[in-house]
Amino acid sequence: MTLSVTQPPRRSRARVFDALLNLPGGLITCTLILFALGLLLYVSLRVNDGQIIGSAFSLDNLWSALTDPLTRLVLLRSIVLSAIVTLATVVLAFPVAYFLAFRAGRWRHLLLFLVTLPFWTSYLLRVFAWKIVLAYNGVLNSALMQLGVIDAPLNGLLNTPSTVVITLAHAYAAFAVLPLYICLQGLPKNLFEAAADLGAKPYQGFFRVVLPLSVPGILSAALVVFVPTVGDYVTPALVGGPNSSMIGTLIQAQFGKANDWPAGAALAVISMIAIAIVVVAARWIITRWSTRT
Amino acid sequence: MSRYLTRHWLVVYVAAYLVFLYLPTLLIPVFSFNDSIAPAFPLKGFTLQWYQSLMDDPRLRNAALNSLVVASTAAAIATAAGCLIAYADLRRSSPLARGISLLARLPILLPGVVLGIALLVGVNLIGPGPSLGAIVVGHVCFCLPTTVVVMRSRFAAFPRSLEDAAMDLGADEWTTFRRVALPLALPGLLSAFMLAFITSFDEFIVAFFLVGTEPTLPIYIWSQLRFPKQLPSVMALGTVILVVSVILAALAEHLRRRGTRSSANSTMK
Repeated sequence: MTLSVTQPPRRSRARVFDALLNLPGGLITCTLILFALGLLLYVSLRVNDGQIIGSAFSLDNLWSALTDPLTRLVLLRSIVLSAIVTLATVVLAFPVAYFLAFRAGRWRHLLLFLVTLPFWTSYLLRVFAWKIVLAYNGVLNSALMQLGVIDAPLNGLLNTPSTVVITLAHAYAAFAVLPLYICLQGLPKNLFEAAADLGAKPYQGFFRVVLPLSVPGILSAALVVFVPTVGDYVTPALVGGPNSSMIGTLIQAQFGKANDWPAGAALAVISMIAIAIVVVAARWIITRWSTRT
Repeated sequence: MSRYLTRHWLVVYVAAYLVFLYLPTLLIPVFSFNDSIAPAFPLKGFTLQWYQSLMDDPRLRNAALNSLVVASTAAAIATAAGCLIAYADLRRSSPLARGISLLARLPILLPGVVLGIALLVGVNLIGPGPSLGAIVVGHVCFCLPTTVVVMRSRFAAFPRSLEDAAMDLGADEWTTFRRVALPLALPGLLSAFMLAFITSFDEFIVAFFLVGTEPTLPIYIWSQLRFPKQLPSVMALGTVILVVSVILAALAEHLRRRGTRSSANSTMK
């Protein structure tokens, strides 16, 4: 503790310093983030009459977004597809993070670099690469025909919901490895030795010690994959076809072609609430489960 | 062989994972040198014409320049703000500072679509409407969680006692921040800036909603993806971006390692 804090001029200078320190952050968070989100909620409650913000309040936008069967279908699809993507990404990334944290040795830095490198390349092109791989006249079909595995190009590789899942799982792979790795790396190694000394078999040690302790890492990995994939607009548009449009596509359509901003804002508010509900529920379930075992 | 597989299945798995991670992306450079518009096997022959067509495209140069300006401005603002927010949160920790720090990390929970339209409504009501400036604003919000998280972990990595010592020796808050905390946080500042820069440079959805007449690079790429004839040029562009990104990533990694080494030395002293 500093003794000089008690001197009055110094205390007022400290107050000025604190105020200046908080000013930029306060400005950005309040004027941009809070204000924009408040505005979004406000617009979703207005009547659409051609102005940016309509002239009267109404709950119609939110109500019709909640009751419209198409919207419900698309919202449900977005959440289910993203949940599958999140599960696949985290499950696929876990062994890689485990290897990085405990087994990689001197290869760790190179491997970490290789795993995070795709994160530095263009997201659009990572998604687009799948389109040229899976297209009817694309890489996979032409390569298989060259090799004589198939006679005619396979149809239906592209434009299905599973294409969206594969593409998104690939695009967000690197995002899941890092949080898992950071969590696993911080675990004290002697816990595993203790488990082994007390007679736990390797798989028991993994399921009873490593897995419960890595729950925070799993949760943050799931979060950074789930949230952006729910609202993803690029992947359904490029590789999804008509039957896999997601909520981002619908919101974009309201702000673009349909030009019904209050309806679009209502969709955005509802998907925000849906995401919050799913995140809180998943946290609760996983935390409950991990403290029980 | 099978014994090797069962003993080293984790190594095999990691190798397969890397192949999955890289295979589709690495097809882009391959087909960017292919003398055919359609990306399919067999390869037709080697050509540099797609790179030539990139060089001749003024719209591309314009979009790349816009992206550079937007990304460096947004990254600079987000890094500076993130640094102050993290410092206020960890070292001055008033309830206000903690609240701001929490709010600044809130956009992690917002999909790009929601942030994009929220800001679109905002800039249409007050301010310039869709424009490069609006994209900068959007990207500052988008990158702020990253910079705050990076700076928080950086400030948490060295002991507070260094700053307490400076204050005991008579330095005021401002001097302590500028002469003690900032130099120690420099590696964090660099990596926060780089992460924010690369995020903004690559960001599509927020920019898609806020774009006016001047496109950024991802917006330009998106507009070209619709035309099959433009495909090879887009892949050539993708290859250039890939190579530049690899160089930048290697540079950042090098800086980071030097940073951790030098900070390890300085805390030991």
